[in-house]
Amino acid sequence: MNDSRKLVIPAVIVLIAVIYLVKLFSIQVLEGKYADAAKGNIIQRVIEYPYRGLIYDRNGKLIVYNTPEYDLTVVPQQVEDLDTAKFCEIFSISREEFTEKMTAAMKYSRVKPSVVIKQLSNEDLAKTEDFLVDFKGFNIQARTTRAYSEPVMANALGYVSEISKRRLDRDTTKYYRQGDYIGQSGLESYYEEILRGKKGVRLKIRNVSGIEKGAWLDGKYDTLSQPGENLHTTIDLDLQKYGEWLMEGKSGSIVAIEPSSGEVLAIVSGPSYDPAQLTGRNYSENFTQISQDTLNPLFNRPLMAQYRPGSIFKVIQAMVALQEGVITPNTRIACNRSIIGCHGPHSNEDLVGAIKHSCNPYFYNVMKRVVNREVSPDPFEDTRIGLAKWNDHIESFGLGSPLGIDLPNEKSGMIPNVGYYDRAYNNRPWKYSNIYSIAIGEGENLVVPIQMANFAAIVANRGFYYVPHLVRSIGDTGEPLPVYQEKNYTTVDPQYFDIAVEAMAKVVDSGTGQYRAKLKDIVVCGKTGTVQNDPLPDHSVFIAFAPRENPQIALSVYVEDAGQGARAAAAIASLMIEKYLIGETERPYIEEFVKKGEFLF
Amino acid sequence: MTRREDITSKLDWVTVVLYFVIVILGWLNIYAAIYDASLDLSIFDNSLNSSRQLYFIGGAVILIVVILVMDFRFYETFAYFIYGGVIFTLIFVLLFGTEVAGSQSWFQLGPFRFQPSEFAKFATALALAKYISTLGFRMDEVKNQVFLFAMIAIPAVLIILQGDTGTAMVFAAFMLVLYREGMSPFLLILGVIMGFLFVVTLLVEEKAYLFIAIGVMAVVVIMMGKKTVKRIAMIVAGAVIVAGFITSVDYIIEDILKPHQQNRIKALINPEADPQGAGWNVIQSKIAIGSGGFSGKGFLEGTQTKYDFVPEQSTDFIFCTIGEEHGWVGSLILIGLFVGLMLRVLYLAERQKSRFARVYGYGVACILFFHFSVNIGMTIGLFPVVGIPLPFFSYGGSSLFAFTILLFIFLKLDAHRSQVLTH
Repeated sequence: MNDSRKLVIPAVIVLIAVIYLVKLFSIQVLEGKYADAAKGNIIQRVIEYPYRGLIYDRNGKLIVYNTPEYDLTVVPQQVEDLDTAKFCEIFSISREEFTEKMTAAMKYSRVKPSVVIKQLSNEDLAKTEDFLVDFKGFNIQARTTRAYSEPVMANALGYVSEISKRRLDRDTTKYYRQGDYIGQSGLESYYEEILRGKKGVRLKIRNVSGIEKGAWLDGKYDTLSQPGENLHTTIDLDLQKYGEWLMEGKSGSIVAIEPSSGEVLAIVSGPSYDPAQLTGRNYSENFTQISQDTLNPLFNRPLMAQYRPGSIFKVIQAMVALQEGVITPNTRIACNRSIIGCHGPHSNEDLVGAIKHSCNPYFYNVMKRVVNREVSPDPFEDTRIGLAKWNDHIESFGLGSPLGIDLPNEKSGMIPNVGYYDRAYNNRPWKYSNIYSIAIGEGENLVVPIQMANFAAIVANRGFYYVPHLVRSIGDTGEPLPVYQEKNYTTVDPQYFDIAVEAMAKVVDSGTGQYRAKLKDIVVCGKTGTVQNDPLPDHSVFIAFAPRENPQIALSVYVEDAGQGARAAAAIASLMIEKYLIGETERPYIEEFVKKGEFLF
Repeated sequence: MTRREDITSKLDWVTVVLYFVIVILGWLNIYAAIYDASLDLSIFDNSLNSSRQLYFIGGAVILIVVILVMDFRFYETFAYFIYGGVIFTLIFVLLFGTEVAGSQSWFQLGPFRFQPSEFAKFATALALAKYISTLGFRMDEVKNQVFLFAMIAIPAVLIILQGDTGTAMVFAAFMLVLYREGMSPFLLILGVIMGFLFVVTLLVEEKAYLFIAIGVMAVVVIMMGKKTVKRIAMIVAGAVIVAGFITSVDYIIEDILKPHQQNRIKALINPEADPQGAGWNVIQSKIAIGSGGFSGKGFLEGTQTKYDFVPEQSTDFIFCTIGEEHGWVGSLILIGLFVGLMLRVLYLAERQKSRFARVYGYGVACILFFHFSVNIGMTIGLFPVVGIPLPFFSYGGSSLFAFTILLFIFLKLDAHRSQVLTH
């Protein structure tokens, strides 16, 4: 009996060994999942977020920079003896919120860190740092956020925030990941790809506690991050600040351009907000508040608000008519108020006088002469031909389509053309008597403030413009961007601009602009506009450039619901000119008038 | 038989070489398990377990020399004294021992700690061998069986009381020895059936299905054979016993076992149920071994073990290092070495003239086998996580010393096999 038993025990040993070897062969050689799981265990993809590019003003002053902020993370497994009440008090979160965050963290991983509180500021950190040692398992993870040297220019700069689900889905380059930050409007959005740089990926080995143990395969598959490039803008930060100060409590805009380059010196949208509000921990709360404000501070008025051009349009009409040869500077037309209403005492002005007094019947006639040239015996057909010609001229001033400024969401305005009226009249015939209100800048015309500032620059340049832009150069080479070096000529010859300049100088010297826009040592050329806004008060509009010869600044000012252009807008425009050319105003009473904000009477 | 022969010429060098190969491989793998490339410490660095293991190996060599120079009759003569001494220490450690990792099984002497339960194995093997080799011993006598079970059970129970169930389970290995010496295979078969029912109980959540299945099977068996009253009564009684066993297993697991023991057993059946908790050890151990592939990642290139994903990576889970760094080939070689060692010991046991030496030899082989199968079985998920070391291979002085003593007493006996008279 014992002889057979001798064999049983070795047989059992060999059997077990064979079973184990088969099982080992199965998990080691046949099943690949364990090798993948092993990689997943130790390799951690660490995204290296590059430094976002900085934004400077034209004088090298820093406008936007990066500042560290801190996320509080937790590794659930390492949490010991947590005093929840104290924790909630110190980090000022509710117990429910805390429980929710901890549950989520636990669900994600017990050994990997999860974010509990996002975006603690330097101050928050200073307040809480000393207590952190008491909270085992909680750690601080640093990253950077946007910071602003001055609380200005919010709409033009835009903001940076977490990428939305929708935007993420639309990202065909697959660059962004959930939780990444992206420029959402303004320069931050327009120059996103330049500012953001390029993310790097490092594959790190970590142990079971998440502690780093060096690079995977000595960094063979790592990519380096590239820091974003800096933007050197054309903005004069002091002028911008001054403009925002003047616009406080008002709705409207200021756009100032250097005519000789198309560089935007200041771009003010009112009302505005402090751009720092849309950074950091209180982003969501602040964003909700700002976006629900009935005055709509997120609406970038310089590019997006569309107004009827008003009397300013008469200057363009005058130049188009001169170019077409239908009038001369000496052409006098009676102020026949039976055709169309007018204002102020004048009767039979020449061109400069008509611009100075903003004479409506004069420009009614001027445009009629441009449009109805009797090239066709059919008055309807004649108007169509004339209007098409007129359109070519007007559009050469950059109206009716976006100028192409380097900011998102620029509106095109509206210059009605033949097709427009065909649609409006349902293909029934129309002629000049149906469309004449556009002659004086009312009717269907729409312009945006940036276009009006650009128009002032065109007159200042006597016939051409550079596309207005906010960024002069990218990176620190100082090389100007070539796209903005091209001159755009209007269809009007330079000699006719001299008449416009003369008229605009008169407006300020002895016309509607004389009371608030006239400066002692600088010849300001300007034109008031009063845009009807029934039933609310008119919008106050003023465009100007200065000095008359070799102009340094051209601008448009819009103040909504503030009445005549000669009051609020003219005052603000002249203060901006003084600030830029002299450094400060010599007329404190005008400043006071603007700050007081009582423009209606 | 008076001529004193040199011990070196009588020693079984095959076993000795296998022993040293396994010990040295163990030492290298202890180093690999804790190696940290960023520190790049040498295998001899004093802060590492590998360095301490080298001291243990040195100590083991001294023990071997002592065992080999002592008179071979000492072990048979003093078997009961040694057994008694160990039982005494086990009681003593229960009263005055130091608790380490939940087990009251350690003596602390200054910087040294040792675990008397490790030494209970060879002591029990000696005592069993001595008892079975008594003149006129008959396995089929109930008195003898009770006595033998008691000798096995007393140290096992004391060790369970220390909280070290794993080591206590090793004593089950002696059942194989008793089987070799003539015990009825009924008990072994019963043990296997109980093991099977145990696993089934764990696998089936709803116990009612099991009872229905037992009932159906009983009916089928009754229908298939003669329908005598006696036969039916026996089948029904058997079914009731099986059902009772299942019920008590369920009761023991749910109500008697400590939660960590429950979890270890449950993790065996379904480690994925709680991957961060009870299933962690098994999952991570399988990941480490599984990621080794056919030929492994290379010496010191393993990642799962040295970055602490595998717990106890230099003691109970040392096999993971082999699996990960040396793949299936390495596993094959190590298992081959162990199988070779065990079969060699069995071969030596069978050639003994004295029953004492043969029984003891079987004891050695069966203890090694139990450790081998449970330790490797748990790392590949075929056995619950039971904290027992891989002989000669795992880090630890007590374990290395105890296994060395166990093995070399047998080699000493074997060297002198021609000097004894058969009973």
